[in-house]
Amino acid sequence: MRTDPIRAARPLAAASLALALLAAGCTGAGQTGEGAEADLDVSTGVTDDTVTIGAHMPLTGPAAPGYSQISVGAQAVYDFVNANGGVHGRTIEYLAEDDAYDPTRTVEVTRELVHQDEIFAMVGGLGTPTHSKVVDFLNTEGVPDLFPSSGALMWNDPEKYPLTYGYQVDYTKESKILGEYISEEFEDAKVGYLLQNDDVGVDSQRGLDMYLQDQAVSVEHYESGAEDLSAQIAGLEREGAEVVVCACIPNYVALGLLESARIGYEPQFITSSIGGDTVTLRGLLSSFAEQAGSGGDPDDFLNGLMTLGYLPPVELGGDDPWVAFLRGVYDEYGGDAPLSNTTVYGMVQAVQFVRALEAAGEDPTRASLIEALESLEPGGPGLVPFSSTGEDRGGYAGGFITRYEDGELEMVRDPAVTDNAEGDIEPAEVDRPLPEDIGPLAQG
Amino acid sequence: MAPTHRAPASDARPDTAGPAKAATATRAGRRPALGHPLLRHGLWALAALAAVALLTAATGPVTDLRVADVGLHLLAVAGLQLLVGTSGQVSLGHGAFMFVGAYTMALLVVNLPAVPLAAGMAAACAAGCLAGLAVGAATARLHGPYLAGATLMLAVGLPAVALRFPDLLGGANGLAFTAIGAPPALSGLVDDTQWRALVVWTVALIGLVVLATATRGRLGRHLRALRDDPTAAALSGIPVGRARVTAFVISAGAGSLAGACQAYVLGTATPSTYALTLSLVLLAALVLGGLGSLWGAFWAALAIVYVEVAGTELAHALELDTDVRNNLPVVFFGAVLIIIVLAWPRGVHGALSALGRHRSTPSQTGDS
Repeated sequence: MRTDPIRAARPLAAASLALALLAAGCTGAGQTGEGAEADLDVSTGVTDDTVTIGAHMPLTGPAAPGYSQISVGAQAVYDFVNANGGVHGRTIEYLAEDDAYDPTRTVEVTRELVHQDEIFAMVGGLGTPTHSKVVDFLNTEGVPDLFPSSGALMWNDPEKYPLTYGYQVDYTKESKILGEYISEEFEDAKVGYLLQNDDVGVDSQRGLDMYLQDQAVSVEHYESGAEDLSAQIAGLEREGAEVVVCACIPNYVALGLLESARIGYEPQFITSSIGGDTVTLRGLLSSFAEQAGSGGDPDDFLNGLMTLGYLPPVELGGDDPWVAFLRGVYDEYGGDAPLSNTTVYGMVQAVQFVRALEAAGEDPTRASLIEALESLEPGGPGLVPFSSTGEDRGGYAGGFITRYEDGELEMVRDPAVTDNAEGDIEPAEVDRPLPEDIGPLAQG
Repeated sequence: MAPTHRAPASDARPDTAGPAKAATATRAGRRPALGHPLLRHGLWALAALAAVALLTAATGPVTDLRVADVGLHLLAVAGLQLLVGTSGQVSLGHGAFMFVGAYTMALLVVNLPAVPLAAGMAAACAAGCLAGLAVGAATARLHGPYLAGATLMLAVGLPAVALRFPDLLGGANGLAFTAIGAPPALSGLVDDTQWRALVVWTVALIGLVVLATATRGRLGRHLRALRDDPTAAALSGIPVGRARVTAFVISAGAGSLAGACQAYVLGTATPSTYALTLSLVLLAALVLGGLGSLWGAFWAALAIVYVEVAGTELAHALELDTDVRNNLPVVFFGAVLIIIVLAWPRGVHGALSALGRHRSTPSQTGDS
């Protein structure tokens, strides 16, 4: 068959014609406009005896070790509340859906939660790369988006995301407190930054630079997913950094500690809150040592580590009423893994939701939940105030710094609060209620 | 991993979207009632689109999302089919073209919101074709494992571009946006998710019609001749390099469109989505579905979407240790792939068409 050039061109012509037809009927792909405001006066997900809430969580995948404990902790609190009569007689059904820390899956499971499971609210969706892909969707659908498990600044944006309320201290606030502490306590030391190469690193560096501009000698980045930190640690050593501030997740704090021990480099490590859970770090250090075939006590690496926190650390044990209470709940309803600060993170998230749900009244609607949240007392289990008002919904507003030594924590910087702009750092004043002051928790 | 399907060109049935009988009729020189292959493929595509519309009308938003997912993977695998199944070039970098499409789409929506969706799709397709041209031209002399290795580097390296330019491409967090939903005129009739599924299938089916028509025509014949014996093909006057590059360009365009569809449906483009695993899954699914036919691409797309869902659900149902759970979906997919390829070396489509032939055999023997 001879080829007719016109015929050969036809598929192309047809395709372009079809596309042109489509183009003619379309407005701009990004011009979504202001849709009708979602109706909040509904109680989707609330039945006579249950309230269904959901979260996307990395139960498998790269972020699962450590972070999968968050939903275990939250579930333990809900189980405890449910076993003791629930909130206004309703039990809480908590659906933690696995997104494997993959944004594509986050979008899918979130739509499943909203459309199929019809959740009342999203509570504690985990991760910046993941949650940032559904925050628009949740706000458009009118689903309250409470306490994302991430310190990104974007959750505190009432104009853009009226239904989103932050939880974790944001990366800039905590690094301001770290920066000020280092500039005061290690006045003449050369400082190196070890930063995760995404918004965690960018937002943290902004805070650190406010206080450490003159002392910083080296900034090293790692990609999330990298296998080792030898280049970064060598870079910090070469520049002679005596203090290393690490805005890293636990995996990389552990790698950094091991790598510097390996090359005989001994700076003072200070980590931000996301990498500072010493229980998780101990587990990681043991498993890395096991893989390398060497024994050794994780404390050899951990001793002297300083970390920023805002929730009561489990190391405080019975000295803190909330740690004692949460440990009791976890022992009865939690998993087999030891109670870690990451678990406490999930448990406190659940406590804060239970408080808001109780305040939302006998017959909660999404609107009454939001209203209750905005008038929530700023004191809770945390050691710094918690902000969820109409204008400032940044969650925990600051932190304290501790030093680790053989399983004990010493407070080296008392709780302080600040903002994520030029504002000062001030001592935190918080009126912490006791667990028995909170209705649904007291019934036990 | 290399295509073992080396049927002689004359035997490689060029039926794609159309039924086998019509294809046989054309080959015999008789024009069937439906005339030109493009017209026939177009009618099939319209029928398929109507079926998708009915399906999405009957189901909820979650299924709509899955339907859209099948559609875009179908397009991606069909593009790979032309490259691997028809021209015999093994590419391990198809996911990289999806990356190109997804980021083109995302950048347009984020930075130029006034650009219509169809123009965005066209731009993504063009960007993909350009990338395909560059890669195809650079690798035209490579074959077999050398080509696989070169394209492998593409899949490994390209997503890192997003990390290199965090201000423009959003770094590891990627880009997030909301793309336009159902037109206001249709509000109440179709919801946003359903509309997006229909848009994806429209794009996918247009792409399939182009692919099917190209496979049926002169290019397809050239590629099959090349696949079976490059020397003989060159001796008969087929421009080897040009045909191979053309296959690469078309295939990359299809992959890029699929990526653009994915970005549009999910409202995001993130580097981790387009990691090496994606490219490997596309190729593995193609082998599972069946090399050499667009129906194979369809089974492959179903497998990509639903076998993974089944694997994940199985992993959670069994309440296993995290390390085991992490790997179970992949192992599950691998096991399904091995079983299918062992039982039916020509994949699901090969098995089904063998079954079809088996059924029709008794009546034919009865006739003769």
